[in-house]
Amino acid sequence: MSLLNQRLHEVRQLLSKKELSVSELVDASFKRIAETEERVGAFLALNEENARREARRLDESGSADSGLLYGLPIGIKDNIVTEGLRTTCASRFLSNYDPIYDATVVTKLKGAQTVTVGKLNMDEFAMGGSTENSAFKPTRNPWDTERVPGGSSGGSAAAVAAGQVYFTLGSDTGGSIRQPAAYCGVVGLKPTYGLVSRFGLVAFASSLDQIGPIAKNVEDAAYALQAIAGHDSRDSTSANVEIPDYAAALTGDVKGLRIGVAKEYLGEGIDPAVKQRVMEALKTFESLGAAWEEVSLPHTEYAVAAYYLLASSEASSNLARFDGVRYGVRADDPDNLMELYRRSRSEGFGNEVKRRIMLGTYALSSGYYDAYYKKAQQARTLIKRDFDRVFEKFDLIIGPTAPTTAFKIGEQVGDPLTMYLNDICTIPVSLAGVPAISVPCGLADGLPVGLQIIGKPFDEAAVLRAAHAFESHTDHHKLRPAL
Amino acid sequence: MSISAKDVEHVANLARLTLTDEEKEQFAGQLSAILKYAEKLNELDTDGIEPTSHVLPLYNVMREDEVAPSLPIEKVMANAPEEEDGQFKVPSVLE
Repeated sequence: MSLLNQRLHEVRQLLSKKELSVSELVDASFKRIAETEERVGAFLALNEENARREARRLDESGSADSGLLYGLPIGIKDNIVTEGLRTTCASRFLSNYDPIYDATVVTKLKGAQTVTVGKLNMDEFAMGGSTENSAFKPTRNPWDTERVPGGSSGGSAAAVAAGQVYFTLGSDTGGSIRQPAAYCGVVGLKPTYGLVSRFGLVAFASSLDQIGPIAKNVEDAAYALQAIAGHDSRDSTSANVEIPDYAAALTGDVKGLRIGVAKEYLGEGIDPAVKQRVMEALKTFESLGAAWEEVSLPHTEYAVAAYYLLASSEASSNLARFDGVRYGVRADDPDNLMELYRRSRSEGFGNEVKRRIMLGTYALSSGYYDAYYKKAQQARTLIKRDFDRVFEKFDLIIGPTAPTTAFKIGEQVGDPLTMYLNDICTIPVSLAGVPAISVPCGLADGLPVGLQIIGKPFDEAAVLRAAHAFESHTDHHKLRPAL
Repeated sequence: MSISAKDVEHVANLARLTLTDEEKEQFAGQLSAILKYAEKLNELDTDGIEPTSHVLPLYNVMREDEVAPSLPIEKVMANAPEEEDGQFKVPSVLE
């Protein structure tokens, strides 16, 4: 078995006894990348020289007993800035951008002595659900390379599924960690909004964006979350809450847990095979002593419309900073300043980004603000109240992560609305700001299905406890693609 | 809501984008479909419902008004497409 597929405590033990060096671990990562990358295309940039230097440094002066994540090779989604390591957001606009600082999450992971092996492909500026909107190349699903890995953190999920790195960071705005994790058969955790600092995350929709880990099992996701969670004074939307010991939550015990199953997540549009896997998962929870009953989140059907208006509005504002003046690509020989802006942006942004900027600009424009933007914010209130109401009686909400398994590359690319509807199970959670995890719950026609476990705000411990208990009593997470 | 190519041109102008005629037509069709779908929200009775712009209670964060070092100029300019004398260079703003 590849070193990258081994469990954390096994790797730690080997490192601790000096039976394994960090350099060997990092070598194994680059070897696996060399074997698989041509077929998967998860990475936009490799950090080989620096990663090997860092591995040697740890081997010479580090200690495996200094932290849980010591020496682990990881990958970072390319919208999280890394000092001196090119960060493009998979956009032509930033194709020459070398950040001058690290994002807080990167600083924290460096502090935990992980080794960053590279930057991962994504939909341009995190806009998309398939990683086909990358300006540079599509990433392919390791389970079937004719299919998408999901998006926008498709590179982050595919790299873990292909065994290229130990864990990765992704970002989730409307489902961009959970949906690709589901499509690629790995674990993806979107924390509560505000739990993880967004300082250094290139903003798409600031009221929704949240960084989180993608890993091969719940235990690894919990340890990665532990490393990156916490208040950051450089992010004014960072929540100042106490961070619990997430590992302590991994007890395997869900006796007495009250689970709500949203009927809206299992209705029309959900593939019967996906529904079947979710129902089987509920039986597993039942057998472990948890109780479930059907609940309603009645405003679910309005979530996608509200989300695309709100996220696009915020995107149109956030992406105004890309003007070709201070960084990024600039159009050649503009006649005047306005032409510099227009041509730099028009040449730098891809179609999906332009579409969302224009949708947002339209929704915020004079005469339409109340009809679209304000209405969507009111719908958000109603969606959030749905969750508040259910969480008065239930500890968790469970449903599928995505309505179907991974679709074929190119299948939905000309139909943005259909593509947007793929996020119907993840978007309401994002609008409410609550935490959710996607864990593998079996296959449908040979492709992975994700089970989504949703928790109360800042109750990641309950989400992780349930996910870990499920994982401990099933073997779905051990399935690997034959790549 | 149906969006015409002319509407797209107007919005693109506000967003500082230049589109080809073909792109205007394509976006007009796609934005019309998305906005038509968004009209679903009109089914909702939102009278008296407060809009949620953020799930966290936000408040201003004030720091001490203390002098601290700025970023060195070479770092600020590190990614500048064009610079001169430590300043970002752009085409002339005034005729």
